[in-house]
Amino acid sequence: MSRRTNFRHFPGFMALGLLCMFLLYAPLIIVMVYSFNDSISVTRFDSVSLRWYRDVFFGLEAGKFRQATFNSLTIAIGAATVSTVIATCASIAMLRAGRFRGKLLSFPLLSLPLMVPEIVTAVATLIFFSAIGFAAGHATILVAHIVFCIPFAYLPIAARMQSIESVYEQAAQDLYASRWDSFRLILLPLLMPGIISGFLLAFIISLDDFIITNFVKGAGVETLPTAIFGAAKQGIKPNIMAISTLLLLTSIVFVSLSYMFGRVESNNKRE
Amino acid sequence: MTPSAHTAVGIVGVTKRYGDYVALRDLSLEISDNEFFTLLGPSGCGKTTLLRVIAGFEEISAGSIFLYGEDIGALPPNKRHVNTVFQQYALFPHMTVLENVLFGLRRLGVAEDNARKQGFEALELVQMSGLQDRLPAQLSGGQQQRVALARALAPRPKVLLLDEPLSALDLKLRQAVRLELKQIQHETGITFVFVTHDQEEALTISDRIAVMNEGVLQQVGESREIYESPSNSFVASFIGETNLLPVRDLRVDGARATCLLPGGVQFSFPAEGGASAGEGLLSIRPERLSLTSPQEGLLNGEVVDHIYLGTDVHVVIAVAGTLSLTARVQNDGAASIPDLGARVGVMLEAGAVRLLRN
Repeated sequence: MSRRTNFRHFPGFMALGLLCMFLLYAPLIIVMVYSFNDSISVTRFDSVSLRWYRDVFFGLEAGKFRQATFNSLTIAIGAATVSTVIATCASIAMLRAGRFRGKLLSFPLLSLPLMVPEIVTAVATLIFFSAIGFAAGHATILVAHIVFCIPFAYLPIAARMQSIESVYEQAAQDLYASRWDSFRLILLPLLMPGIISGFLLAFIISLDDFIITNFVKGAGVETLPTAIFGAAKQGIKPNIMAISTLLLLTSIVFVSLSYMFGRVESNNKRE
Repeated sequence: MTPSAHTAVGIVGVTKRYGDYVALRDLSLEISDNEFFTLLGPSGCGKTTLLRVIAGFEEISAGSIFLYGEDIGALPPNKRHVNTVFQQYALFPHMTVLENVLFGLRRLGVAEDNARKQGFEALELVQMSGLQDRLPAQLSGGQQQRVALARALAPRPKVLLLDEPLSALDLKLRQAVRLELKQIQHETGITFVFVTHDQEEALTISDRIAVMNEGVLQQVGESREIYESPSNSFVASFIGETNLLPVRDLRVDGARATCLLPGGVQFSFPAEGGASAGEGLLSIRPERLSLTSPQEGLLNGEVVDHIYLGTDVHVVIAVAGTLSLTARVQNDGAASIPDLGARVGVMLEAGAVRLLRN
């Protein structure tokens, strides 16, 4: 049985795997390596220096990048917060409210943004905003981000809630807790690892988003990804590699944290 | 029809339906103040549903529920002054033992000083003093069970509901905790409603037992009454073991009764009054049958099986080929236990036979 499912026995599996890994990570490694290049060339490596990191923070385009970073962070925090609250409410409705009309349809609707091509959502959102006369700017980006972050926040929260038996909330109500108290004192603390994991995931998804942001942002409003794209259009300079490396590190940290919070819960699960 | 204020729990015509499935059927029951009351039945009989109905976790489809004269049928669980010990304990995993025990008192708005006093009293009652700062995960199963009990007792509920609280413990511990529960009930004077499927547990622990089957109350009474005078064949066979014999032509004549057993065997036995009835079911407990020589027996048969129980042996006797009787014989050495294939007579005393009408 285990022999049949052991992929290592397929001829060429190792080579194919290595090729995939190479194609995935080689570009990232090149960007990271060249971000420490002292020369202005993006093809020839001179010597190691932090020149382009200084350029990102203090160079000609530093002001633009700083503003874009600020926009990205505020939008990501706002979008992650609101979508986490909505996702928490949604998972309570899906897993604790018993049966209700339209429940069967709710899960596909919740997770639809994961499946719809992002470009379609982007165009549709843009058309929708202009149809209702919602002026492009920070607010449009925030609203769009909240919407597509919901499923990313929902998945870890719902997974956590599934592992919490409802007998805890019953015990709380049996001990004179109102519905609100049993949520606040019992369900919420038990749910917290899932909520943190969901928040971090939503945060990084919002921080990284380019396509939808590019469509719905107003003129002059830039987030970090759109600012990088704008700068790259005028020719790739090593400072773009430096800022991309920084963004990459941020992503890795947040995704790892999200994963760790998701895991702590399953290790701690009692009985 | 309102039960008096001395009735701890009054259940009046309660029905509980889940769609087409009827979990409780027009059930009426009165549980007295300061009583150790047990709901007993096989799984799926509705005993846990009845407990959850009293706690308020299930809405009833019809009927009413009274707690010391107050109609609580429409109140949510947090407005009913009853507490539950859950089968899975359901201790809050993120709170210490003490926080768990104080939870109910704090929700009731008891001043912190008094709450702590009551909390420590409850922990002392279940012999868990000193472990108040542990988390539930750091406790053994038996300790968790005690904390669950302390948590439910701390707010001094009018009625304590226990949903098979001993089923997760091993046999020795279960027997010890059983006695302790009984003692705690005595000390606190709180009415206990205890759910179990274990008839031995029910017989040893209860003041009164309600036997349930398929959502219907079968019989309510003291342990002795339930065992000695079962009201129907379900109760007779669920509580302990019994020989059930379908009979015809039952006639009682003074202190003697006669009837026809299956296979046309004539059976005559000592009876204590009672009326003649055409057909019925006789219930005879195995320990009320004694073995003798074939000449002296009321019935004769052949030993076909031994079932070894330790202190006793069940001797299975085939009578007239079609009928099988089980007699319980004390295991006092091999001498008193007849060999397989031996012919034996079966004797019984007056009062050993109970006639059940179906």
